[in-house]
Amino acid sequence: MAKLNSITDLKKLREELQSAAETQTGKPLVNVSLATCSVASGGRDIMEAMKAEVASLGLDVNFMQSGCMTFCYAEPTVEITLPGKEPVVFGYLDTDKAKLLVQKYIKDGELLDGVIPVGYERVVL
Amino acid sequence: MSEKKQIRIATRNSGFIDPENIDSYIAAGGYLALAKCIEEMTPTQVIDEMKASGLRGRGGAGFPTGVKWGFAAGYKSDTKYVVCNADEGDPGAFMDRAILEGDPHSVLEAMAIGAYAIGGNKGTIYIRAEYPLAIKRLKIAIEQAEEKGVLGKGIFGSDFNFDLDIKYGAGAFVCGEETALINSMEGMRGEPYTKPPFPAESGYWSKPTIVNNVETLAAIPAIIVKGANWFNKIGSETTKGTKVFALAGKINNVGLIEVPMGITLREVIMDVGGGVAKGKEFKAVQTGGPSGGALTYKDLDVKIDYESLAACQSIMGSGGMIVMDEDDCMVAVSKFFLDFTMDETCGKCTPCRIGSKRIYETLDKITMGQGTMDDIENLKLLAVAIKDTALCGLGQTMPNPVLSTMRVFEDEYKAHVIDKKCPAGVCSSLLEFVVVDEKCVGCTLCAKICPVDCISGKVKEVHVIDQAACIKCGACLDKCKFDAIIKR
Repeated sequence: MAKLNSITDLKKLREELQSAAETQTGKPLVNVSLATCSVASGGRDIMEAMKAEVASLGLDVNFMQSGCMTFCYAEPTVEITLPGKEPVVFGYLDTDKAKLLVQKYIKDGELLDGVIPVGYERVVL
Repeated sequence: MSEKKQIRIATRNSGFIDPENIDSYIAAGGYLALAKCIEEMTPTQVIDEMKASGLRGRGGAGFPTGVKWGFAAGYKSDTKYVVCNADEGDPGAFMDRAILEGDPHSVLEAMAIGAYAIGGNKGTIYIRAEYPLAIKRLKIAIEQAEEKGVLGKGIFGSDFNFDLDIKYGAGAFVCGEETALINSMEGMRGEPYTKPPFPAESGYWSKPTIVNNVETLAAIPAIIVKGANWFNKIGSETTKGTKVFALAGKINNVGLIEVPMGITLREVIMDVGGGVAKGKEFKAVQTGGPSGGALTYKDLDVKIDYESLAACQSIMGSGGMIVMDEDDCMVAVSKFFLDFTMDETCGKCTPCRIGSKRIYETLDKITMGQGTMDDIENLKLLAVAIKDTALCGLGQTMPNPVLSTMRVFEDEYKAHVIDKKCPAGVCSSLLEFVVVDEKCVGCTLCAKICPVDCISGKVKEVHVIDQAACIKCGACLDKCKFDAIIKR
């Protein structure tokens, strides 16, 4: 990995990373919250279950892990971004519900219950 | 919730980026602030920007961060240290863990900015060993940052060096106090010492040291990139920016929230928190953990900032908010917190070591129904004396739970002492379990479960509990299917 030698290097890298991400926006993105609390409530099982279901349905989906999504009351939670749509956070998951999310929401765009409303404004740098 | 009451600055990336991948952080604008400081700002300008932002320490005391940095910058020394205080210890508080697990680079970046500003080149993260996932992600982050050249030697091609290491705490509450923390980092007992000298002058290994809390640090890159004038427009008159709270206890939306300073308690509990669980009546919220106090139903319109919380005998603390409803007894709550501080006092100074024990004993006596009115007066005297004389923040704030609950709930204390009753029905010594004659069908279940055989009655006849023999275990109440046993 090359070292960054100036703010120009950094900005260039950021642009490259952003355009690389841009090329992936045609695919659904599943972001699984994996902080201590999420892991404790079964977040890793959710990720595995969704990956397995995606594979068995032959879908093309990107997965990522992130930290605390702040919705402790609804863990495990995942955020799903379908192409051209706003991200939606689903909570109160178990492995069955996670599979159902793949079958219904990711495959057909059909919303399920357990959607967590977004009550914040995120500061982006 | 239609209106967005939360603004996520310190938690801006948590839940959005992959904490184990530096590219994910850079794509979200990471390390721009550090690059901007090194290439475009002098250390003095960085400090001035921090001062202008009005950012105050989020660990609890609320000391202006820029001023603290300014002090450390003013002392000449070959080595200066930046310490990240990640010794989060309040019961029910987990915002620092969430930030470290969700966005570790923001903390590293801010520490490097701090080091640049004060003219230092070494940093240490003091984190409790009970946070293994946070530690793992911090280690990954440090390694990746060094590979990218944003930490280590010659950062961004400049001659600025910054090396970081991690030290593990053993989970002693007092080690969140900065002087005790420094002792612990040096391998000595985690006991506080008297200031001055402040750590900014003589701290870690007697070198100028700034100790900043995780949440304070996490906000700093955003302040540098977006500017002090952006940040100081958010918040209240005296307290700028946002605060992360960990909502816990009897509230619907248990979790982390980040709200602008100056928001009312009502908005936090009723709107952001989704109201009190199970539709119960809101009674109080404990802010600041064991060092804090209770804000009550009378304080719902208090605007949350350092000054207004202090006016209610509480503190901002690091951000734990434990919500209590009508079923919570304030004397028992105070006793719970004093039990915690009694365990956690380091024992160095007398007011804290013996004072916490005496307060606890008095509260215990009151909850057992053996208290007198003298005890209530003594509690107040003791509390004020400890506040005035204890060595460090732990001792000085330890009586807060008592003082703040007495402010509004003195009647509840008196009910325990004079009427020998616990109005909330918590203190078991003061309760009576009785059979409601109209509801009892004589099923005999209660008599069978009673461990001391103090319930008598024939089948299909009303049963009676012998109060003299009852040990108040509550087994009969749980067993009865007809709600025919109540506690009062």
